[in-house]
Amino acid sequence: MSGNTTTDKAITIRNLVVDYGPRRILNGINLEIPNGQIMVIMGQSGAGKSTLLRCILGLKKPTSGSIHMLGTDIATASRTDIYKARKQIGVAFQGGALFSSMTVAENIQLALHEHTNLDEKTIQIMTRIKLDMVNMLEAENLMPSELSGGMAKRAALARAIIMDPKLLFFDEPSSGLDPSTAAELDQLILTLKKGMGMTIVVVTHELDSIFKIADHIAVMKDGNLIETGTPQQIIASTNPEIQGMLNRKPRETIVDTDAHLRRLTGGF
Amino acid sequence: MECNVTSESGFDLIKLSGEVDLQFSPQLREKILGCLKAGHPLLIDLAKVSYIDSSGIASLVEGFQTAKTSKLQYGLLNISSTAMQVLTLTRLDKIFDLYSSTDQFKQKLQ
Repeated sequence: MSGNTTTDKAITIRNLVVDYGPRRILNGINLEIPNGQIMVIMGQSGAGKSTLLRCILGLKKPTSGSIHMLGTDIATASRTDIYKARKQIGVAFQGGALFSSMTVAENIQLALHEHTNLDEKTIQIMTRIKLDMVNMLEAENLMPSELSGGMAKRAALARAIIMDPKLLFFDEPSSGLDPSTAAELDQLILTLKKGMGMTIVVVTHELDSIFKIADHIAVMKDGNLIETGTPQQIIASTNPEIQGMLNRKPRETIVDTDAHLRRLTGGF
Repeated sequence: MECNVTSESGFDLIKLSGEVDLQFSPQLREKILGCLKAGHPLLIDLAKVSYIDSSGIASLVEGFQTAKTSKLQYGLLNISSTAMQVLTLTRLDKIFDLYSSTDQFKQKLQ
């Protein structure tokens, strides 16, 4: 399942600008995503990660700049060309985005029924292969409402890879998951990269996950790409904003309860 | 994808080359099921397969199940590293009978 590649970059983004009215959301992003590797786009809420992802997926036309993805300039391509490019990509959305009226298997098969003329038996076997990859074979007949958060994410991943995409996008894979389930999902992402040769773009702010899976990291802040590099380069960065993000600590455990109560009530 | 079927002594041999993907896997499926329907043991040579997607793997799996039901020998020959990677990922490397020569398969038929 590792398709041929003609260039060493799956995605090349040049001078990407997105304005919403008077607000500049992305401010001249330049980014290259190498083939067959995992690129993590990190940054806090409001950094512009989701807008960047929407632009790459062709869901948002940028104000200016270019995005070359698997040979297509997404920023200027026609709807037909964007549609063709989309057939080569898989997207696992944050909340799973499974259709609630369909079983897990039906959700996963949807693209095959829509875009191919494969025999029903082939479709069934492909579905079960993908369910097995995400360790959910036993859940094929469950409805989305019967799934835990981790299972819904894995089902969304199975749906995203059903057509063996060259490029997989994963939006916040670990958010809302307990540490052990998040670690399982990280491992699964690594396995997909190794076994299927996929280029994987993960958008997240979960530090634990980032340093487990990333080959490259792009750090965003306030619509700007403030640093790119390998995990080692990012850790060694002297940029105080990067260090601020990396050293972010959980909220302090309350030690002085009286002081905290006073802070909340104003001490009346 | 190229898919050539030859009749060997006591079995059919399918030689595949190129990319086995969504576009070509229906053709592969048809050839596999055709050989098995004719009641012939089947060996599939994957040495020259540069890429196989899960629709191609699904066709191989369906063939394997059909052969098992029909009590026919069925094997994969000269698995390329690309194809092996996919079989390993899907844990099918433990299920298929894998061969490194046609002679090995012939011995199994005896």
